[in-house]
Amino acid sequence: MIGLAVLLGMVLGYAALKFKVDGDPLVARIDAILPQTQCGQCGFPGCKPYATAIANGEADINQCPPGGDAGVHALADLLGVEYKPLNAENGVPKPKSVAVIDENICIGCTLCIQACPVDAILGAAKHMHTVIASECTGCELCLAPCPVDCIAMLPIAESPDNWKWKYPVFEIKVVNS
Amino acid sequence: MLANLFKSSKLSSFNGGVHPPQHKLESTRAPISVLTIKNAQQVFVLPLRQHVGKVSKLLVNVGDHVLKGQLLANADGQMSAAVHAPTSGTIVSVQDQLIPHPSGLPDIAITLQADGEDRWVEHHAMDYRSVSKREVLERLREGGVVGLGGATFPSHVKLREEAKHPVDTLILNGAECEPFITCDDLLMRERAEEIVRGIEIMQYLLNTKECIIGIEDNKPEAAQAMRDAASKSQILIAVVVVPTVYPSGGARQLIKILTGKEAPSGKRSTDIGIQCFNVATAYTVHRLVNHGEPVISRIVTVTGKVARPGNYDVPLGLAVGELVALAGGAVENTEYIMGGPMMGFTLPSNHVPVVKAMNCIIVGKPEIFPEPPPAMPCIRCARCADACPVSLQPQELYWFAKSDNFEKARDYKLFDCIECGCCTYVCPSNIPLVQYYRYAKSEIIALDKAKQAADIARERNEFRLHRIEREKQERAQKHAQKAAGAKTESAKLEAAPADAATKAEEAKKAALAAAIERAKVQKAEIAPKNTEEVSPQIQADIAAIEARRAEAGLAEVAPQDENN
Repeated sequence: MIGLAVLLGMVLGYAALKFKVDGDPLVARIDAILPQTQCGQCGFPGCKPYATAIANGEADINQCPPGGDAGVHALADLLGVEYKPLNAENGVPKPKSVAVIDENICIGCTLCIQACPVDAILGAAKHMHTVIASECTGCELCLAPCPVDCIAMLPIAESPDNWKWKYPVFEIKVVNS
Repeated sequence: MLANLFKSSKLSSFNGGVHPPQHKLESTRAPISVLTIKNAQQVFVLPLRQHVGKVSKLLVNVGDHVLKGQLLANADGQMSAAVHAPTSGTIVSVQDQLIPHPSGLPDIAITLQADGEDRWVEHHAMDYRSVSKREVLERLREGGVVGLGGATFPSHVKLREEAKHPVDTLILNGAECEPFITCDDLLMRERAEEIVRGIEIMQYLLNTKECIIGIEDNKPEAAQAMRDAASKSQILIAVVVVPTVYPSGGARQLIKILTGKEAPSGKRSTDIGIQCFNVATAYTVHRLVNHGEPVISRIVTVTGKVARPGNYDVPLGLAVGELVALAGGAVENTEYIMGGPMMGFTLPSNHVPVVKAMNCIIVGKPEIFPEPPPAMPCIRCARCADACPVSLQPQELYWFAKSDNFEKARDYKLFDCIECGCCTYVCPSNIPLVQYYRYAKSEIIALDKAKQAADIARERNEFRLHRIEREKQERAQKHAQKAAGAKTESAKLEAAPADAATKAEEAKKAALAAAIERAKVQKAEIAPKNTEEVSPQIQADIAAIEARRAEAGLAEVAPQDENN
């Protein structure tokens, strides 16, 4: 019996070394649910720090407006906690937008480039900047630093490319009795 | 011979299927009428997205004069197809216009105004056996050949010979199972030989061993015409008549009927060595390769509430309303269905252009297909499951789609659904099942795209943080290096000054001494030498001169001069 216990102990010890998990898997799983907008509306400097805070019980699950209601539901399911409506203090969900720089006004100060969390703005000092639309997460972090207010958030327009079939709804007809 | 073999024993069948009323006779009475362009003011609208894949790259400018068959927009990459001018004329505009799409949203399109001459661009046939297969495929790509069965998948991609998935069976789809549509039927009746020429090119490109044309048994004339044409071909082509059941014209369903094989879920038919094309696609391949004519027209069935239902060979880009007016149908105050009643959709406007995907226009939707009674709750009768040709569980998918339970819907193979509409057709509760599936599919696709975008954003954010950290470290390192460098420099300076100063002073002293020496030498050199060591004679002369000068009163001045 003791021999068996020692053997199993050795196996477990070996397994603990061999299959050691790097990092906190819970943080990674929470991070996978978050929309990666990196907007900081949750009060943390990005999605990963917020995920870490949730995992450590320092933040609530309803602080991410871009994730929307579906995101809160997914987090509640993952963590086995009660669903809560989004906290209005952190902002409200908005339609997905991209930043657009008015290139006539841009003075090339590079402040927005430094603010962009995903390096989606291209440009150099005293040269016009532009946003790589496909990489922009719509976080709005570039709006505040711009000294000439030349950045606008434009909602992504519906096109035959991204159009979605609608949920079937039926008109209720008024019947005069 | 091969045909008989298939007919007698080998025909298989798929699960379910339905038998809706055919309505094919109306449009098969008249032969195909070819529409020619003589009106000089005729306008054509050519969307740049008439195919699956990337939007074509525009090659012309507004105001350009183009000829019939001229390339207007080229394929952008492999998954794309080209767009050509249906007649000669002038490019009037390039802008967003309504296109035949269920969304009813506008998309980029070229508007061409005809000049009435209908003059061809220079074009020539290609001897496809004497050039490389790559060249033939390139011609197909530039010729705008796409699947004309409705999916509009670029054909050159399907005709590439791939070592990984060799294709041994080529299947030509002439089933045309959907009610009302007869464009392939008429094409096979009238242009069978040309279809066979196209099949020969396809067979050559794919190097297949076997070639089968599947035709439903409600098209005996077409089957006969194809048999006659196939018997004259150099390659062995089997014409197989299959029972009429909707949706036998679905690629996977037809493959199942003809070969008994089924491509596994999520796999393509090429994975089991089969490639399937519509007969109209084979026809366009022939026109392009053997005549050099790109895809600038197609056959469209115009049926329903029209005076002259039939098939029309229409130049692409013509407004649907004009086509319907030619067939004697109403343009205003009615709705058109593009495609058949099972899978088609209501056109957003009656003035959208004819595109490559348009096989049929049913005029008078409100009269022919009155609104179904309101949907009732699902009673779990499972009739939809009996009818489903893909053997799915439509009632389960319905629950999942209705409750936004997308993961579950995916698990139940929602993406194997071909949206044929059999389940909706048989549902006793009139539930628009396919609408729910389409909704769930597009939601899942959007979610997947968002997930991909989020993954990219995470990667970019992590890389940025990593970069900032690295830059910080590099800067710190540089500072440290600089600080260390400055220290050694100053230490050297502190140690050096004493001897450096003495050295400098010594050098100065040496220079001074040298200068003094030089000055001495110079002084010695310039001192007059004729005053000393002179001979007594000269000395006496000097004394005599001095005496004379004294006598003249200059003696006193002279010593003064000497002193100065």
